[in-house]
Amino acid sequence: MTAPLVEARDLVVAYGRRNRLFGAPFPGVAVLHGVNVAIGRGETVGIVGESGSGKSTLGRALLRLVDAAGGRILFDGEDITRKGEDEIRPLRRRMQMIFQDPMSSLNPRQTIRRILAGPVLLHGLEVGPAAADRRVAAMVERVGLPQAVLDRHPHELSGGQRQRVGIARAAILKPDFVLADEIVSGLDVSTQAQVLRLIADLSAEMGLAMAFISHDLSVVRAICHRVYVLNGGRIVEEGDCEAVFAAPRDPYTRALLDAIPLPEIDPGWLQRGTGDEAA
Amino acid sequence: MSGQILSVESLSAVSLREGGQAILRDVSLSLAPGEVLGLVGESGAGKSTIAKAVLGILPSGIRITEGRIRFEGRDMLAMPRAEVRSILGSEITLIPQDPLSALNPGRRIGPQITDGLRLRRGLSRSEARARALALLSEVHIRDPERVLGAFPHQLSGGMRQRVLIAAAFSMEPKLVIADEPTTALDVTVQKQILRLIRAMQETHGTAVVFVTHDLGVVAQICDRVTLLYAGRVIESGHTADMLQRPAHPYTRALIASSPRYDRPDVGLAPVPESVFEGLRAEIAAFDRERRA
Repeated sequence: MTAPLVEARDLVVAYGRRNRLFGAPFPGVAVLHGVNVAIGRGETVGIVGESGSGKSTLGRALLRLVDAAGGRILFDGEDITRKGEDEIRPLRRRMQMIFQDPMSSLNPRQTIRRILAGPVLLHGLEVGPAAADRRVAAMVERVGLPQAVLDRHPHELSGGQRQRVGIARAAILKPDFVLADEIVSGLDVSTQAQVLRLIADLSAEMGLAMAFISHDLSVVRAICHRVYVLNGGRIVEEGDCEAVFAAPRDPYTRALLDAIPLPEIDPGWLQRGTGDEAA
Repeated sequence: MSGQILSVESLSAVSLREGGQAILRDVSLSLAPGEVLGLVGESGAGKSTIAKAVLGILPSGIRITEGRIRFEGRDMLAMPRAEVRSILGSEITLIPQDPLSALNPGRRIGPQITDGLRLRRGLSRSEARARALALLSEVHIRDPERVLGAFPHQLSGGMRQRVLIAAAFSMEPKLVIADEPTTALDVTVQKQILRLIRAMQETHGTAVVFVTHDLGVVAQICDRVTLLYAGRVIESGHTADMLQRPAHPYTRALIASSPRYDRPDVGLAPVPESVFEGLRAEIAAFDRERRA
């Protein structure tokens, strides 16, 4: 295997860490306890787990949106763990993020045209508004939106359309790495299928390295090559999706899969597995 | 039909804010005692509107223009208000989607469960407390004494949902409306809650309307299903029939678009545009006929 594009080695992240006037600094509460992840170019990797598992923290740490308390983050062979924001900035275009709720990540006062053209000009991918507009028009078409959306504001679009704008905003910068955090969890199933198709096609076309964070294992199975299963800030299982889903080795992965209700009649499902007791 | 707990008959509703835009279009459905009916559809289908109409909590911007909602044969829309109030929260109760906003954050769990029992069932303080303890054990809460004395924020999401299930069944209602009660929960907790609702429903012989967008949840917990699109009933029937032999192209497309971890080859097919065109044509035809 060629060198991975994005890598975390023995990553530890703690929240609430601070220095004290006297004595040792308060170490904070660790949410990731030594995690190893590697994502290659052209590879879509699922990061799954329940709430509190640390999956979103892991994603944010890969983009250096939260700081590591231990371990290292590598991007394209370069150690970026301790780089300051000035040193990171040149890399920012190459690492993009698509959020769960496009309504709160898109500026409500800007038109879709401005939302998409702004970053293109900021990162100097095109010079002048006319060239930026041409690039925006092409990208809007690529993500399957009508040109008419360019003059609208985010609240005038449907949830599925907004998520396409979120995808367009990431893809238009020609990134190498994309973090997709629960990007279809707010969508209806019919819309969800279309958005997942789009993201799978785009990432294949662009040869993206993608970290796909989701609580939904069925969605991960559908679009990821490999998967990491997180529980309590530790990776309990990793491997090719085909192998992990066909024969999970870790009991936690097994429990997660057994808890997914499938759209078919299975009279024993409700009574199988997963304890009843609540503390 | 006689012997039904709930029957919604030709219910139509409009949104006053959107210039009389139809929200429910001639919806009929019915529910026998002890039965679990899934009310399924994507956003905007009208499933929550129907649930709210039955519970008498429609927002002021929505008006019912036609139809009946019969509870044990009596039309709730034509009843005196006092009579409706005696039914709601007593014979018809709710398990809400978001357990945190349904509980008063400033009061302990105990009185929030026992209020109804004391005020509407006339139980004494100690009787109500004993009943609440028994209910919390029934929903598999290990330390019911502690939970009775706790504030909502001290409990996890799954625990709060258990408390609300206990509260919903505490009145021994004939009908429980469960409005997407597991949408906010992790899958393993969701499974526990589904199992619990089914067990409570069977033990108490309660009819349940289960509102959800998830066909997987429907398959595992509902006896019958009513599928809606844009306020129209698209298809209804026994769960197994509908999943194995869907009659409407939209039903077939929805099943095919649900992702499946066990069968990556069959899930996630986008709903063909022709299916949506067909649906829009059906709706338009209905609206034209309505206006004529």
